[in-house]
Amino acid sequence: MRKDSNFFILVGSIGLFVCINIFLMASGKLPFSSDGFGIILGAGLTLAVYSFLYKDNPAFKIAENLYVGVSLGYTIIITWFNFLKPDLYDPLIVPMFSKAAEKAPQYALIFPSLLGIFMLLRFSRKLSWLSRWTFAFVVGLGAGVSIPRVISAFILEQIKPSLHPVFSGGETILSSINTLLIMLGVISVLIYFIFSVEHKGAIGKMSKIGIWFLMISFGASFGYTVMGRLSLLIGRIQFLLKDWLGILQ
Amino acid sequence: MNFLKRTVPLVIAFVMGVLMAMQYYVPHKLSQDLLEVVSRWDRIIAGFAVFIGAYSLFHLHWTRIKRKVEGWGYSVFVYFGAIITLLFGFLNGGKFFWNDKQQDTMFDWLYYYVQVPAGATIFSILAFFIASAAYRTFRARTNESTVLLIAAILVMLGRVPIGNYISQYIPAIADWIMAVPNLAAKRGILLGVSLGAIATSLKIIFGIERSYLGGGD
Amino acid sequence: MERFLRIDRRIIFAIITVAVIVSLILRFELPIPPSEPVQGVYEKIESLPKGSHVMIAFDYDPSSKEELQPMAIAFLHHCFSRDLKVIGMTHYTGAPGLADQAMTSVASQYQKKNGEDYTFLGYKPGAASLIINMGENLYSAFPKDFYGNDTATLPVLQGVDSLREIDFLFDLAAGTTIETWIVFGKEKYKFELGAGCTAVMGPDMYPFLQSKQLSGLLGGLKGAAEYEALVGKKANAVSGMRPQSVVHVIIILFVIFGNIVYFTSGRARHA
Repeated sequence: MRKDSNFFILVGSIGLFVCINIFLMASGKLPFSSDGFGIILGAGLTLAVYSFLYKDNPAFKIAENLYVGVSLGYTIIITWFNFLKPDLYDPLIVPMFSKAAEKAPQYALIFPSLLGIFMLLRFSRKLSWLSRWTFAFVVGLGAGVSIPRVISAFILEQIKPSLHPVFSGGETILSSINTLLIMLGVISVLIYFIFSVEHKGAIGKMSKIGIWFLMISFGASFGYTVMGRLSLLIGRIQFLLKDWLGILQ
Repeated sequence: MNFLKRTVPLVIAFVMGVLMAMQYYVPHKLSQDLLEVVSRWDRIIAGFAVFIGAYSLFHLHWTRIKRKVEGWGYSVFVYFGAIITLLFGFLNGGKFFWNDKQQDTMFDWLYYYVQVPAGATIFSILAFFIASAAYRTFRARTNESTVLLIAAILVMLGRVPIGNYISQYIPAIADWIMAVPNLAAKRGILLGVSLGAIATSLKIIFGIERSYLGGGD
Repeated sequence: MERFLRIDRRIIFAIITVAVIVSLILRFELPIPPSEPVQGVYEKIESLPKGSHVMIAFDYDPSSKEELQPMAIAFLHHCFSRDLKVIGMTHYTGAPGLADQAMTSVASQYQKKNGEDYTFLGYKPGAASLIINMGENLYSAFPKDFYGNDTATLPVLQGVDSLREIDFLFDLAAGTTIETWIVFGKEKYKFELGAGCTAVMGPDMYPFLQSKQLSGLLGGLKGAAEYEALVGKKANAVSGMRPQSVVHVIIILFVIFGNIVYFTSGRARHA
């Protein structure tokens, strides 16, 4: 009985959606063009995904899987046009096989291409060890490049404003108090995260202060997260009311 | 074989790590050229990673279809969406993929009217779950959680125009929360994470950390 | 009172949906004074002379489009109205369509020409490596633009060899690209950096604002609305502030009511 009612709700919803779109096209609110059909498809997918809020259903699953497939296809095509073609195919492959090519092949690109192919060999049982060379190259490079830059940008540049003078002229009493509070907060949070020392005595007290700063920070993050997620919903409802139904101007 | 499978990767990681760390401090033109070449190569290698993801996804859904796992029919839609997008992408508005990308093709239509609405909507569902969680699970059980909730309420009110109507101090308090305690905590976390990242990078360069090799060691 | 704790969550979903729809349909004005971080970006663009090069990194995909696309459009309006040269790029495979759409639609309103006044370089993988590559040699990183035109011949890129010649870089970020731009870009190549980010990431960016590693920050839809108001192009973000305000109040009431019911129902005592 329940399966029947779910089926009727689904079919009824699809039928209602079709009727609304026929009305919108007939009344001229939606153009009879690829854009118009595109908006209908977009609205249909939006509503199919939102139908999950009522209950998990085939419409949601179809929309979800279709999205996964299309975005994978898009990623591959964009990778071809924006990366493989201009960075490898045009400078290396085309000059090698085309007599009309204006420039000589950039043979130096063979080396990173080989490393890239080695990376793909991780799916091969016999040759997966070759992918280790590529991962070692990438990870070693990333580690080496990061060390001096992270020290400069994240550690030194971040410590500098925390050690801003409290009384160097121009500061109000409030800004001086804020500077001291920030320094207290940074030190206490860092102490909280030192787990190799027992949090007792002075360390324990500082760690407790750090927890208070963290709680206020997490509260702020929660407030912003609510704001962020709501914005996404507002945007989708704006699409449905403005672009699809034409209720909003 | 152990030499090729284990020693060579560790040597590569060490050499690249030390070379690129030292490169930062050498202003000579050769050093700058090395940086440009190596970053270009790294970029090219990174581009191949997309095919690892693509293969994994296709393989997962193919296995579901082959074994007729519950809900395998939906995996057909993954292949349908991917194949039709790839087809239109390679057709490239009639110019085919070996020419430059054309504008306003069916490929772009699929992006604007399938990927964009579906992608945007899937993540917007979280708004409903946050509202539901706010009612059912956010409890001021301890002093710390009470402080968290009060901070959240003040920031939520201060960040929208309506907060100013309730009290002129709410936006100022919200700004202070963001600029002082939040900043201090985030900076503390950032410093801690950065120190950890440097320690991990050093462990990778010196071969102490080997998890990136993928096991078997 | 206990039955209020077991309320069907679909009722909560319905309340939120109705609140958003009603507050979008009912038009009422809300003041949107600009905050200091948003002013930072605005004043930086205002200070740039005509013909300056601004790079926009569209580092987001459709899942964050509702927050960041309005920011991108408002920022593009500002740049084109001040006759700045705009160079777009992205680290995300899902972004090119949105970026190209934003640039083309806004540029056409100011009669700006692709290749002369603006260009979209497209997507490249590599994150940090891409930024370093751009910082050393922009043409090595992007030999062609999104539509296959040779970047070395584009008039809009005249005078730009690398990131060092960029007058301002604006990163629209849904992930960790702001930190990547700071560490691997601004740290060595010394360009001015501003950012727009999703609200979820907003609190994490405050340390960079204080250290002046970021000139300014647009956080979430509110940041987009403030910027739209500043440049005089009120659009989706500004109208989104009405439902944002209403639903924030509703959620706060949910939290307060949920706690009152919880503590008066005796569950707290049992716990």
